[in-house]
Amino acid sequence: MSEISSTLLYSAFIIYLFSTLFFSMSLSDKKSSEAAYTKKWGKVGFITACAGFAAQLGYFITRWIASGHAPVSNLFEFTTFFGMMMVLGFIVLYSIYRTNGLGVFAMPVALLVIAYASMFPKDISPLIPALQSDWLKIHVTTAALGEGILAISFVSGLIYLIRTVDQTVSTKKTKWLEIIMYSLISVVGFVIISLAFKGAGYESSFEVMNKQNQPVKIVYELPAIAGPANGDHLDRGFGPLFNTPSWMQGVNASMKLNTFIWSLLSGFVLYGLLRLVLRKRISAALQTKVKNVNSELLDEISYRAVAIGFPIFSLGALIFAMIWAQQAWSRFWGWDPKEVWALITFLFYAAYLHLRLSRGWHGEKSAWLCVVGFWIITFNLIAVNLVLVGLHSYA
Amino acid sequence: METIVCECGHSNPYGTSLCQACGKPLENDVEVLTSMRYEGSARRSQVYKKTIVDQVWNFFSSVKVGVWLIITILVAAAIGTIFPQVTFIPPNVDPATHYETEYGTLGKIYYLLGFHNLYGSWWFIVLLGLLGLSLIIASLDRGIPLYKALKTQRVTRHNKFLENQRLFSVSKEADLEEIKYTLGSLRYKVREENGNLFAEKGRFSRWGAYVNHVGLIIFLTGAMLRFFPGMYVDEIVWVREGETTSIPGTKDDNGQYYLRNNDFILEKYDKKDKKFNSALNSVEGDVAKNYQSNVTLFKSNKGTVIGEKGKLEKIKDGVIRVNEPLKFDSFALYQTDFKLDELNKMSFNLEDKTSGKSFGKLTVDLHEPETKYDLGNGYKVEILDYYPNFILNDQDEPATVNNLPDNPAFVFAMYSPQKPQGEKAFVGIMKNIDSGDNTLKMSFAGLETKDLTALTVKKDLTLWIIALGGFIFMIGVTQGLYWNYRRIWIKQNQGEVWAAAHTNKNWYGLKKDLEFLTEKTELTPLEDRVNSSEK
Ligand code: HEM
Repeated sequence: MSEISSTLLYSAFIIYLFSTLFFSMSLSDKKSSEAAYTKKWGKVGFITACAGFAAQLGYFITRWIASGHAPVSNLFEFTTFFGMMMVLGFIVLYSIYRTNGLGVFAMPVALLVIAYASMFPKDISPLIPALQSDWLKIHVTTAALGEGILAISFVSGLIYLIRTVDQTVSTKKTKWLEIIMYSLISVVGFVIISLAFKGAGYESSFEVMNKQNQPVKIVYELPAIAGPANGDHLDRGFGPLFNTPSWMQGVNASMKLNTFIWSLLSGFVLYGLLRLVLRKRISAALQTKVKNVNSELLDEISYRAVAIGFPIFSLGALIFAMIWAQQAWSRFWGWDPKEVWALITFLFYAAYLHLRLSRGWHGEKSAWLCVVGFWIITFNLIAVNLVLVGLHSYA
Repeated sequence: METIVCECGHSNPYGTSLCQACGKPLENDVEVLTSMRYEGSARRSQVYKKTIVDQVWNFFSSVKVGVWLIITILVAAAIGTIFPQVTFIPPNVDPATHYETEYGTLGKIYYLLGFHNLYGSWWFIVLLGLLGLSLIIASLDRGIPLYKALKTQRVTRHNKFLENQRLFSVSKEADLEEIKYTLGSLRYKVREENGNLFAEKGRFSRWGAYVNHVGLIIFLTGAMLRFFPGMYVDEIVWVREGETTSIPGTKDDNGQYYLRNNDFILEKYDKKDKKFNSALNSVEGDVAKNYQSNVTLFKSNKGTVIGEKGKLEKIKDGVIRVNEPLKFDSFALYQTDFKLDELNKMSFNLEDKTSGKSFGKLTVDLHEPETKYDLGNGYKVEILDYYPNFILNDQDEPATVNNLPDNPAFVFAMYSPQKPQGEKAFVGIMKNIDSGDNTLKMSFAGLETKDLTALTVKKDLTLWIIALGGFIFMIGVTQGLYWNYRRIWIKQNQGEVWAAAHTNKNWYGLKKDLEFLTEKTELTPLEDRVNSSEK
């Protein structure tokens, strides 16, 4: 069963790739945006996206059967699920607005999320007692669905910015856009580097003392740029160039920091290569592709995504989370960092709604806010586990 | 203040800018479209600006202030996650020094500003209070006048009101019945008056924001009620297997609850389990599968003196697991911690030191040891000193750390018919020291251990208020964000037919309705007079 499951996930990945391809064929840089082939390829792209979603749903169900619990209990499973919910969010918003441009960007971002997810250990893991709760499944899936839909507001906002930010001169805005592009490319870098060193079978070990003062071994799968705090290198592998500061306390924080540095470096190389080939800013190169997309519609979509996603997020990430916490830990709220960041996400989107409704923050301002919102969501998914300690650092 | 009487005959409260009934701008410089947000109603904050009360009201009713409050709380919460909160640092350290030694100067500043205990700090609670105040004032300021205006609105609207709407068209003629029918099929509620139509859909959604704010206020109130005595109990109780203990926090005039721990169970995943094999082998140590206490709940009768266990009445047997608390009355018991194999009883043989011949066996209850044990035939043992958790103190004298029998040690006096004056020995784990000329010896003869379970005793009478607040909040956001309030006006005006439309959000959806309407009828398609902005 678990083989079927991973095959299905793999197929979903490939199908999403095709969907991205079809959607990009639908973009026309000619004057008439209503060309027949635009409609045709858009339709093909959408059907493909739905097929990919079905395959991934198959993965989810078969893995559930194989493990006996909802597959949202470790980082691999949760992040994959988040990617799947992004696709679902896309499907919902595409059905309302039928904008092909959205697909060209939403599918690759979802692909990145899933590729990123698959770099984590994929073993089916048993549930510790605190996680054995139906409310946990309900909480995690609903929260991920909300986040997936909110992510679409980012995608739509991003296209809006690519389309409207003036690229003829270099400004703060063009720089920030490039930083976003660079961050996305770094995820690609991360995947490539991880696959490369995994393929080569690279390993290098350190010994450190844990909290109980017993020696434990940490095995790096990437050459150590950042070594563990107070660790002894056990072999003659590369590095480390410096030690992880000891206040980073998440599980395996040093290894995650090391991976993070590798992602930034490889992202840098990839980004540089792209710039060399394109001979202009990445967002400037993309701008010509999306100039026919209706910017008002993009603004509307990104707002609508927040309007749909916000209640679902509140329900899943706060209310269901509280019900579960009350049951598992006897208190519905414990100010655990992950909880606090869910609250921050909630407050941020509440502020977004108020600014938009009452202070007229539309268009570009609203699009930048959506970018920040997505940053907060990914920060909570990744960095909170990396640098902050807490109940959720199991993941 | 005096009311304003419109030409349509309706009298409006002072400060109204669009007549509640017909929508006529009541002053010359009124921007109809922007006033539509609150129907041009007379909001206190827009009308009264003189006294201090006015100014406080206006301050808190401002969305700008509201957003600043939200952002301030957000930023404070984010800073509060940089270093662990005081509840997450080791229990035995002093926070005043801990933050500085662990995190340097930044840690010290963090501590001094109170970020280490953010959610208990007075300024964070004040911020939440201000947020609540702002929510109440902003909602009253808008909600009430809006409600009155929407209730009073008439079918026939003033020309100025219609022609200044964002979506508007003039048609030569149109079949009213056809329009009515089409609007009905789009599930609009249509009213007719003198040959004019007013169609509306989803008015309830206009209350969404107010409903969700009410939910938030109830939620915040619930969270604050926790600080009132009697609303909240949070205790921890340790119970040994086989023992019955009173449950702290559960005493009232009708007696008190007691709990017996029948058995504590710890289950681990089998490393050889096929399903989880590789995940289990990638971690060191075992992975827990279940923490469980099998318990029996008792209640003492009225007037029972504490410690008098004879009069306990059994209430029920129960199982407590993580995620499955045991509930009774307004209390719940949660599996929180445990301690395995605490020493409970120790047995010794009294032996002849050289031949090893036994003269009898005794068992010491490590929690309530007896002082004398008579083994018969003139053999006796006395406990002169007992150190449950033995250490040598600074002066190299035997002492005990606490009352937990983690490392028990005894000074025994042993008596035999031959030595009625007794012989002394110091006996502990792996220790047996005497003066050297003893004839008798206490030899270790077995050990009994027991598990302990730790349960959190919780009573939280605020829970239902918080749940209610959350529930109302969810209704409110859904109602306000998944629906919207669309209105379409049709007016017969000197041989022409005027059509205008408005929605509080989702103009895209409204335009789709209008496209359908103008396709099915002879109405001229409505023109959008605002190109960008205002969605
Ligand atoms: C965490 C706190 C808050 C949350 C979660 C929240 C939530 C919301 C939501 C979901 C809406 C509806 C938005 C929309 O329909 O697009 C709304 C509207 C609104 N909120 Fe809040 N809000 C909060 C705090 C505040 C505060 C402090 C104020 C004070 C000024 C405020 C004033 C308003 C106003 C004036 C509206 C528009 C109402 C209308 O147009 O009828 N909110 N709020």
